[in-house]
Amino acid sequence: MAEQAEQPESGTAGPGPGENGEHEHGDDGRRGDFDPYGDGDDSSGRVFTVTGGDWDDIAASLGESPEERVVVNMGPQHPSTHGVLRLIIELEGETATEVRCGIGYLHTGIEKNMEYRSWVQGSTFVTRMDYVTPFFQEVAYALAVEKLLDIEAQVPERAQIIRVLLMELNRISSHLVCIATGGMEMGALSAMIFGFRERELVLDIFEMITGLRMNHAFIRPGGIAQDLPPGAVDKIREFLALMPKRLPDIEKLCNENPIFKGRTVGVGYLDLTGCMALGATGPILRSTGLPHDLRKSQPYCGYEQYDFDVCTWDSSDSYGRFRIRLDEVHQSLKIIDQCLDKLQPGPVMVADKKIAWPAQLALGADGMGNSLDHIRHIMGESMEALIHHFKLVTEGFRVPAGQVYVGIESPKGEIGCHLVSDGGTRPYRAHFRDPSFNNLQCVSAMTEGSMIADVIVAVASIDPVMGGVDR
Amino acid sequence: MSTPSQPQSPSQPQPQQPSQPQPQTATVQGAESTKANLPQPLAVQEAEIIAVRKGMFGNRNGGDTTGYGRLVRRIELPGQSERPYGGYFDEVENELFGALDEQDLAPELAIDKVVLFRDQLTFHVKREHIRAVAKTLRDDPALRFELCLGVSGVHYPEEIGRELHVLIPLMSVTHNRRILLETSCPDADPHIPSLYPVYPAVDWHERETWDMFGIVFDGHPALTRILMPDDWPGHPQRKDYPLGGIPVEFLGAQIPAPDQRRAYN
Repeated sequence: MAEQAEQPESGTAGPGPGENGEHEHGDDGRRGDFDPYGDGDDSSGRVFTVTGGDWDDIAASLGESPEERVVVNMGPQHPSTHGVLRLIIELEGETATEVRCGIGYLHTGIEKNMEYRSWVQGSTFVTRMDYVTPFFQEVAYALAVEKLLDIEAQVPERAQIIRVLLMELNRISSHLVCIATGGMEMGALSAMIFGFRERELVLDIFEMITGLRMNHAFIRPGGIAQDLPPGAVDKIREFLALMPKRLPDIEKLCNENPIFKGRTVGVGYLDLTGCMALGATGPILRSTGLPHDLRKSQPYCGYEQYDFDVCTWDSSDSYGRFRIRLDEVHQSLKIIDQCLDKLQPGPVMVADKKIAWPAQLALGADGMGNSLDHIRHIMGESMEALIHHFKLVTEGFRVPAGQVYVGIESPKGEIGCHLVSDGGTRPYRAHFRDPSFNNLQCVSAMTEGSMIADVIVAVASIDPVMGGVDR
Repeated sequence: MSTPSQPQSPSQPQPQQPSQPQPQTATVQGAESTKANLPQPLAVQEAEIIAVRKGMFGNRNGGDTTGYGRLVRRIELPGQSERPYGGYFDEVENELFGALDEQDLAPELAIDKVVLFRDQLTFHVKREHIRAVAKTLRDDPALRFELCLGVSGVHYPEEIGRELHVLIPLMSVTHNRRILLETSCPDADPHIPSLYPVYPAVDWHERETWDMFGIVFDGHPALTRILMPDDWPGHPQRKDYPLGGIPVEFLGAQIPAPDQRRAYN
């Protein structure tokens, strides 16, 4: 769809300068008799709906004032904008002179909802934010709750290792999705097929360990929901043996491919100064050559015990980010291997019975649930255990009043969790600093002045997932 | 759960007069003490009571047959911490206070309190000085907090005069350090200077905070809604904004909406 000339007064386009007067005097929420569902007569410019056809004809039909700018809405429903991202692009020929993002189409009010659920239920919500990296939200949230509870040191070693294991597997699947969809958007469909084929291997492991391919809610405050099932370690070892044979498919296809390089080298350029000013982290920041990785600089979950390298590139462009992601997949495989070697039998939840979920989960005839041994115990043997179970499950545990901010390294950059507790059984406020939300701000700086086809590549190199951006 | 009336962590100081919530007034006793060379830490203050809750759950209007109705719980957030904080925090505070002194901005005027909680240091800055403090933190060679990691609002409706808070996590890649900035504004005058001129990264974060809390960031180039639709009434993350939700029918029973369910104070 192409629009001509002026945008509607209060379009989601927002960030144009000159609109700031609108809200200066405290919005009381009312907007007069403005009818949001009106017939659109109040939009001032002419709107053309284009569904194919020849651009010359369309340009000719603009008629009398060809020098006026053309604003194109790419998205929110467009195959190459990574989900419901709306790009508002001002075009001059095929050059994008101004690019703005419109987001919010996937806003689900997760943070508000968390204020009405117990601390344990929170992990069910956070896992749904960035659905490509569910374990990273879960770990960030769990670490923040543990920090508020001051029980970080009591989380068992085995739980921490399994967390690292799951996070690194998740890093691989997230990077593969980025490479796959990014390739697809450029027309490299083989990269898409290879990427999703390998990702499926990771999701199979997730399904075996947590029961689900996504939305796991497996990492809980205090540890993890359940120990690894029998056979999981063997399955991961098979995966570790297979991946070094599979990854070269993508590498051989893309690394030195002249078409691929032609599309990505020098595209979406953002240097170190730009990254710092715009708060960009993750592969975008590391593509400038700065080896900033929270796993190294501020280790959590025992990352200081693992041997791995921080991958960087020095080109500050989409190609560098692609290469960093591929390299990080190799490093993640290395970390997973060390995780498996370190695994020792032991508990996977804190010993404190006032915090730990009363039962380990087990697979029953009707799906995953509290183990039958536990049900027998509380229903037939101990009334105190039943009371304890009831109190902990319905009321939940209390968390001392205070606030913390915890940041960890997700595949996309720093994911931060800001939690405020009022000493009650529910978060007083939960906020997530999603890396995609912050990094999407860079789109304008990366793409203005470039060809419209490069906008797609630049957005793909940011790897935004709108579930995380909009929350 | 132990006694539900006092679930505070042992590390928090007990206030001597629980009946008087003390709004923070910058006490300048610390500045008048003897040592002249080093910037002085702020005077130790009591924990800040942000709300007092009564009862435990259930009916709040009728007669109380459970006895739970007599429970009283003070919601306290930790107050000014005592030096030394440990780690790099003391150095950061010294450098920041020194740098502010050089700009003729007395630290005790710009900063309400410095709170150490769970190994994280939070500077509670007065809103009119937030930009100067942030610029100092960014530019001073000994501080170099070059990465701003966002803006997160919190609404404390019972904290009269400073209902709306904003937390700003900062990171120094150079020194590998983290601190938090916090500032607040009253609900009646929800204005905070925008940090956009110092950290352009806060652009969307401030728009989100405006969208969700109604805090106006003065000086932001385009403070429009970002997540909610442009014509949305109200600011959803405020505590006075209802969650909404509808009851769910399940096997003949009706489960109330999440905000209508039993809540524990």
